Amino acid sequence: MHIPDGFLDPKTWGTLYGVSGGTTAYALYKVRDRLEGKKIPLLGITAAFIFAAQMLNFPIAGGTSGHFLGAMLACVLLGPFEGFLVMATVLTVQCFFFADGGLTALGANIFNMGIVAGLLSYYLMVLVKAPLSRWIGEKKALLSSVAVFSWVSVVLASAACAIELAISGTVPFNVTFPAMVGVYSLIGIGEAIITTFALVVVLQSRPDLVDAYRGPALSPTATAGEVA
Amino acid sequence: MAIDIKKNLKENKGLWIFLGVMLVVAILLGVFVAPWASSSPDGLEKVAEDKGFTKKAEEQKPTWNHSPMKDYSFPGVKGEKVSTGISGLVGVLITLAAATAVGLLALGLNRLHKRKAPTEGRTDAP
Repeated sequence: MHIPDGFLDPKTWGTLYGVSGGTTAYALYKVRDRLEGKKIPLLGITAAFIFAAQMLNFPIAGGTSGHFLGAMLACVLLGPFEGFLVMATVLTVQCFFFADGGLTALGANIFNMGIVAGLLSYYLMVLVKAPLSRWIGEKKALLSSVAVFSWVSVVLASAACAIELAISGTVPFNVTFPAMVGVYSLIGIGEAIITTFALVVVLQSRPDLVDAYRGPALSPTATAGEVA
Repeated sequence: MAIDIKKNLKENKGLWIFLGVMLVVAILLGVFVAPWASSSPDGLEKVAEDKGFTKKAEEQKPTWNHSPMKDYSFPGVKGEKVSTGISGLVGVLITLAAATAVGLLALGLNRLHKRKAPTEGRTDAP
């Protein structure tokens, strides 16, 4: 979903550079006292993992391929703003070293894959997870809402991309929107499978490394008030 | 106190093993799986082909034309699979370094912020 140079007009990519740049500055400010010792290597390795996973295009119907995005996984493991920073880093490396995504479109790509698929989708996931947690338990609530909203994250990002292409006058909205959302609804299934699988693995081995997991095994002191 | 330190070390050892395994998996994916990934156009590229706006990108000169590993191939390496594998390894390491740098930058902001606050609780110093 990396937009190349030439697809967006200056007013669109300029605006999105502003939004993504502002969000990056705010994210750095926001995470600064949450990054204690062990969080920084986790941040680096999650980014490295997402970079590698994004190289693995899997075939879907009709001579098309898709690849893992990782925005929801990064936000769930590290926290939403740390996850956003990871996506912004991966996209910047891909742009400068691999010519994957245009430099003019970098702000738009960070908007689509870091803000829409990351921050926005993460908070939508939390909105559903919170009430669900009281009903079916934290672990099941987290896994099921992450499964659904990692699919949502990819579809929303593709919708944002289609809207940007339309605003830029590249291609009419009613032509691209159904096509983009259609293709990415299929790719999103892969996203949901990979994200859920990776989350199950980390929850099994190191639940303390999952930021979005508020389970009782994690910090007894934090939940003591609720239990009593 | 001694028990605390031992416990801490043990916990951190587990963490480093976990992170090490995660990094090895990332490198294995980038080096040995990525060369065999599907080379069909991705979702956006396919839509651009079908709806006929691929030329918009082709007409445009890239604004950044100095990417050393264009299309995930390492320069000067003949075999396509080997070339992709090496670029995968290099990319994983660059991304690891870049994200760690971003984390350290945020931590630096925190130190800067805290420097003004008074230092407290030095009673346990040796």
